[in-house]
Amino acid sequence: MMEDWANLALDTAVARGATYADVRVIDLRQRELSTKNGQVGTLVESESLGLGVRVVANGAWGFASTDRLTKQGIEKCAAEAVAIARASALAKLHDVVLAPEQTYVDTWQSPFVRDPFRIPVDRQIGLLLEADAEMRKVAGVTIAETGMVFRRLEQWFASTSGSRIHQLKMQSGAGIVASSFAEDELQKRSYPNSFGGQHALRGYELVEELDLVGNARRVAEEAVALHTAPQCPEGVRTILLDSSQMGLQIHESIGHPIELDRVLGMEANFAGTSFLTLEKLNKLRYASDHVTVVADARLEHGPGLGTFGYDDEGVPAQSTDIIRDGRFKGYLTNRETAASVGEKRSNGTMRAESWNRLPIIRMTNISLLPGSWKLDDLIADTDDGIYMETNRSWSIDDRRYHFQFGTEIGWEIKGGKKTRMLKNPSYSGITTEFWNSCDAICSRDYWTLWGTPNCGKGQPMQTMGTGHGASPARFRNVRVGIAFSR
Amino acid sequence: MAPRKATKRTAKKAAARKPARKSAPKAAVRAAGAASAARYVVPRAEFERIVERILKFSRAEETEVAVDATTDALTRFANNTIHQNVAEQGISVSVRAVVDGRTARASTNKTDDESLARVARAAEDLARLQPPSKNLLPMLGRQKYEPVRRFYPATGAATPQDRARAVKRVVDLAAGREQIAAGIFSTGVSQTSLATSSGLFACHEQTRAEFSVTFLDGDSSGWAKANFGDISLIDPDALAESASRKARESRQPTEIPAGRYTVILEPPAVLDLVGFLFYDFAATAVDDKRSCFTGRIGKKIFGENITIWDDVYNPLQAGPPFDGEGVPRQKVLLVDRGVPKNLVYARGTAKRLKAKPTGHGLSLPNEWGEAPLNLVFAGGKTSTEEMIASTEKGILVTRFWYIREVDPYQKILTGMTRDGTFLVENGKVTGAVKNFRFNQSMIEMLASVEALGPAVRAAGEESFEMVVPAMKVRNFHFSEVTKF
Ligand SMILES: [Zn+2]
Repeated sequence: MMEDWANLALDTAVARGATYADVRVIDLRQRELSTKNGQVGTLVESESLGLGVRVVANGAWGFASTDRLTKQGIEKCAAEAVAIARASALAKLHDVVLAPEQTYVDTWQSPFVRDPFRIPVDRQIGLLLEADAEMRKVAGVTIAETGMVFRRLEQWFASTSGSRIHQLKMQSGAGIVASSFAEDELQKRSYPNSFGGQHALRGYELVEELDLVGNARRVAEEAVALHTAPQCPEGVRTILLDSSQMGLQIHESIGHPIELDRVLGMEANFAGTSFLTLEKLNKLRYASDHVTVVADARLEHGPGLGTFGYDDEGVPAQSTDIIRDGRFKGYLTNRETAASVGEKRSNGTMRAESWNRLPIIRMTNISLLPGSWKLDDLIADTDDGIYMETNRSWSIDDRRYHFQFGTEIGWEIKGGKKTRMLKNPSYSGITTEFWNSCDAICSRDYWTLWGTPNCGKGQPMQTMGTGHGASPARFRNVRVGIAFSR
Repeated sequence: MAPRKATKRTAKKAAARKPARKSAPKAAVRAAGAASAARYVVPRAEFERIVERILKFSRAEETEVAVDATTDALTRFANNTIHQNVAEQGISVSVRAVVDGRTARASTNKTDDESLARVARAAEDLARLQPPSKNLLPMLGRQKYEPVRRFYPATGAATPQDRARAVKRVVDLAAGREQIAAGIFSTGVSQTSLATSSGLFACHEQTRAEFSVTFLDGDSSGWAKANFGDISLIDPDALAESASRKARESRQPTEIPAGRYTVILEPPAVLDLVGFLFYDFAATAVDDKRSCFTGRIGKKIFGENITIWDDVYNPLQAGPPFDGEGVPRQKVLLVDRGVPKNLVYARGTAKRLKAKPTGHGLSLPNEWGEAPLNLVFAGGKTSTEEMIASTEKGILVTRFWYIREVDPYQKILTGMTRDGTFLVENGKVTGAVKNFRFNQSMIEMLASVEALGPAVRAAGEESFEMVVPAMKVRNFHFSEVTKF
């Protein structure tokens, strides 16, 4: 039936004058659970089924989407996409040209062990309430919060080039947060990460491996202990970042600047542009020799939120060098923009939030390849530094030069030993200066493929999950503490 | 960009799930063009049919049905051409069931009988599988609402050609000045209705038009944006002219040192900062001790010139006159001449805290309680020109970008200036400066406002639209400078 709908939309678009069309039928199912202080908060299941048609007509783009999945509804939607493309042509400078791509007839599914939708909700709530209660056993905790979210996304892609691609993605996420208010200060600790915890293209096995209950007490104790910890100092220091904060650092200061649509000005009104202008390709020393970063959507990279079989314009998942031994090597491209950087083919990064959104260039899994250090050795090798864990605040300018991050907790390193806890850690810098100051990266044993579930981009805004593999790393001469300076 | 702070985002999401939603970030719709503009996307009778079917299928003790329909279209341009142009149409049927003191929600966008029966059953099944909830109240019966006019047929009837023609004028203006324009022109209709098995039936429809434009001029940029229910209040040519002028005037910015400056914040800059306060006015946030007003209610923490209401009935506001449970929204005085006075309450929160509900509840079940979604600041009489003229040395800020909360209790926010940052010396704008990062406490800022302009409906990117004035603020903390 899904294939019939897709074919009907394509046929209608062509009959109305489209020179190219592709269609995504998406069937989305979601479950969200949360608790706060021993009570169930959110308990919602939702489903959404619809179809989006993207067309080129008169050399310009149009897109329309609908959830009225009748013959009449689909025909009207496809006709509307063509009408919109003709309106686009009123302010056209050039005809749309797409890089060639083969046609594919294929099916792909993300592997999972346990279907989270088949785990009874009372068991899932029971686990969350247990972690919630465990956090509240610690005196001084004022808010205990927990949550789980599951998504099942089934998609049928069809194009006038003849591709027919079916994909099924199962996504799970879970996390806990303890907050503590005392006197005039609110502190918090999250596990395994902020942003709702860890998220991956996996089944319920992800949640079971996280051991939320086993970590609840520690997280709560740290949140309370932060009140009596000294303030992170201000100055220029050596810092070590844990792998989850490294994930967000990569996202903001590498993942976004390499989006070719930003570079070409297509996001200038909202998300912004990029300092990474075209002449820097293969020339810029983005980072120190230790740093190699890839954009890898293939399953062999791991079950990240940026993993798929094919992107949303029917291009197979690929691995692209972004930074190789510190040198800037590549952008995230699509079929329309690949030629502008001399590529014959898209590297497969077009993704849409759902059936009612147009695919745009998106991060896949933008990952820092591991180095060779053991974390204990790296700390022992650091005479005077600060180890920062778990993101708390994040901000970067609209060309992605200047960033500032705060983390939930810090640890002073003195004479090669992790010593006292520090509260309110923060650091700031300029993207390329910061990455060039990286002098050590931990090994594969410390590497995690983190999921960022809610990256916002595009107009209308689309929320997308991206993946970021990283292990802890060390940076020299970094400005710390300015977020709290007076 | 990554998401906003969790509380705000989640509260907004909870708000958006139901009729409590105000603007329509996820508003959906079909292009009125091909639609040849049926006035309403979904006829009232269809809403009534869906409600009636759900109530028939449900075997729960109590049932609430929310139906949201949206059609939305957005024409997007960059590099002086239309590069994306989209339309959507969607419906959501959301059912909340109460079984044995427990409640849960399920939703679908399929409206055939089988799907409606299934979603009703799913809500019941979910509700059963949890411990009883402490503060659950019986669903509301019939209510009376003060009417608000938020539907403008001309907005709903806008076509892709209408939007493309306006965009064409703007990109031609840019090309003629050797500048580059990027932006959006979007129009849409959203309809919402809420009904309960106890006889409540609430309905609301509104239109939305938005134009946002950025002009690039070599190393500089300028920006302007407007959002109204009535498309006739949007003037794309005037907005483009303003963005073009700012881009031209901010060419070749000089770098001046970070530090504390007097700032003149245009309304969008004010909006995107003060918007971060909205959830702090929720009684649940104060009760949870996560609001910056914890321990500060009744104390004079802001300047005498700061007065804030939540007022859905203000003609510059948007959204339905009822909350996520169908309670009529009240106008609430949140801050009175510098003193945080009142909070907003959902029904359950009010019962727990022995207060009266104010009509600001989010759809149930949720952990956030309530939120004021229609903030209105009292304005002043000082024009931006007068603010500049009275400033010996200061910075004029068009807008801020990527604002995030650094500290929740001192309400320290960080972010960047963007798209037009100017130096003011001896009462005059004397040039453009490179963009700053700020780290600024909102508590301190609202105690340091020297002058206010008239309150206007402002549109930004970090907060939903509110009614705020331009402000002149002393000792604003710019902590670092970026490269452009
Ligand atoms: Zn992002």
